[in-house]
Amino acid sequence: MGLGRLIANRAVDLLFVLFGVSIIVFLMIRLIPGDAVAIMLGANTQVTPEALAALRERIGLDKPIVEQYLLWAGAALTGDLGRSIWTGAPVSEEIMARLGVTAELVIIPLTLAAALAVPAGCLMAYVRGGFADTVVRIATIVGITIPSFWLGIVMLYVMFQVAPGVQTVGWVPFTTDPIGNLQRLLLPTIALALPILASLSRIVRTAMLDALGQDYIRTARAKGVSERAVVFKHALRNALIPFVTTVGIMAGYLFGGAIVVEQVFALPGLGRLVVGAINERNYPLIQAAILLVTSAFVVVNFLVDLLYYAIDPRVKA
Amino acid sequence: MLATLRRQPLLAIGLALVVGQVGLAVFAPIAATHDPLAQSILVRYQSPGAEHWLGTDKFGRDNFSRIVYGYRASLAIAAAAVTIALTLGGTLGIVAAYYRGWTERIIMRCMDILFAFPIMLLAIGVIAVLGPQAWTTAVAIGVVYTPIFARLLRGPTLVIAESEYVLGAKAVGAGDRRIILRHILPNLTSVILVQASLSLSTAILVEASLSFLGIGTQPPTPSLGLMLADGREYVFLSPWTSIYAGFAILLMSFGFNLLGDALRDTLDPRLRGAS
Repeated sequence: MGLGRLIANRAVDLLFVLFGVSIIVFLMIRLIPGDAVAIMLGANTQVTPEALAALRERIGLDKPIVEQYLLWAGAALTGDLGRSIWTGAPVSEEIMARLGVTAELVIIPLTLAAALAVPAGCLMAYVRGGFADTVVRIATIVGITIPSFWLGIVMLYVMFQVAPGVQTVGWVPFTTDPIGNLQRLLLPTIALALPILASLSRIVRTAMLDALGQDYIRTARAKGVSERAVVFKHALRNALIPFVTTVGIMAGYLFGGAIVVEQVFALPGLGRLVVGAINERNYPLIQAAILLVTSAFVVVNFLVDLLYYAIDPRVKA
Repeated sequence: MLATLRRQPLLAIGLALVVGQVGLAVFAPIAATHDPLAQSILVRYQSPGAEHWLGTDKFGRDNFSRIVYGYRASLAIAAAAVTIALTLGGTLGIVAAYYRGWTERIIMRCMDILFAFPIMLLAIGVIAVLGPQAWTTAVAIGVVYTPIFARLLRGPTLVIAESEYVLGAKAVGAGDRRIILRHILPNLTSVILVQASLSLSTAILVEASLSFLGIGTQPPTPSLGLMLADGREYVFLSPWTSIYAGFAILLMSFGFNLLGDALRDTLDPRLRGAS
């Protein structure tokens, strides 16, 4: 199949998934058992019938459901993700104000882990066999299952013992104090990067061992290609295919870790915003955050797939 | 069985960790040295010692006893979640592969959509709809893991459905239900066992994360995630509550992951050494 066809097919899939995601997010409020509007308002104010009716109309719950969806999705496409039921401010503003923190917590650890995973995975493939296999295996499983938020707390405690003066919690924007920003990000980054590094390096190792056992490697060796070129050009390039796909999936996984780690280090990110919104029953905010973040990941994974086509030698342009 | 365990030390370690910790959870009332809810201001923030093996928390509650009961809550939620995902996702995956055509297309497209959500975000969404409680956490994690089981079981079912014995069963007039339950399902046992163990490992982490955020298990039920969150507040004063609760989460998640990983090698000789 030609590259153009492949990309077109993937783009259709992308639109379909985005449409499905929007329907699920839209249905959220409608799936709440009982009267969603009463539940939302009941969280802390005096509920009057007028207030209920007003909110019902603002969210559009008094219209037929298809019309409700079209109005909601149409507004979302123009950037209007709804208003906070408490402050009345557009939820997109609140989300944008927090997005930078969480984005840093996803992008920096992911880049770090991905960059370290390739050499680590190759090294782990190099020392294969017997006892080394067992050590590598146990170490990677510990890495994968270590809870980031626990690692964060342990590091906080250790830092406090070793260097009590170092500022480890809280947040300053990169633009006002770059060094302070990175200093506060050090521990969260380690806590978040470690599990990802463990999963990714294990995938690189498996893929490298797999690739090195293939016929094309034997052919390359047989025709006199240097060992270095065999490993880095032929084997590694093929081993990177499953690796790249997984990096995209890991971004979503890392986001989950990031919203929990925010809580550990008192970082004002999306996670704390969304958890606060659950407690306040601020559903428009939760819906908008889920829609926005999920769409972003769907698009990132689409782009990763395109990258995959660029690496995979079997896909010809 | 014993011979297999001797040849596969990792399987033995994983199994021992799982059995030991599940045992603690099941026999929590016997294993606990104190009432997990009993408060005492006289023994707040204790370090590990003879009376309180793993110290005490800010209310003077015994950390060890709370961890033992915390195992119970975490395991119950994780097991319920994996059961939901396996039943729902497994059925959808098998049905999709068995009937093919539009049934398959519709089911797998729906699974693609669910799979597109970041795990924690979808779980948070389900909890936002149903309200934060222990059982809603189980449902939330179950929903999140459904597409994983659907995708996982669809592949092997496609192969088995084309096999000679299934075609033979069809030829002698066996019904779809009988073929799926008697001929297809038994051949999926090892895939299911491996994935169930690995899923339990991550479900434990997700449950702990949600409880840590305050939207999973609610106090005063002892929960490992809640203990960790609680202990974080006074970690500089007395780190033991957080350290041990988190270590318990790690140990349990590690045990199931190692077990699943080693089971995969043992049950599927083709994959031996490939992991």
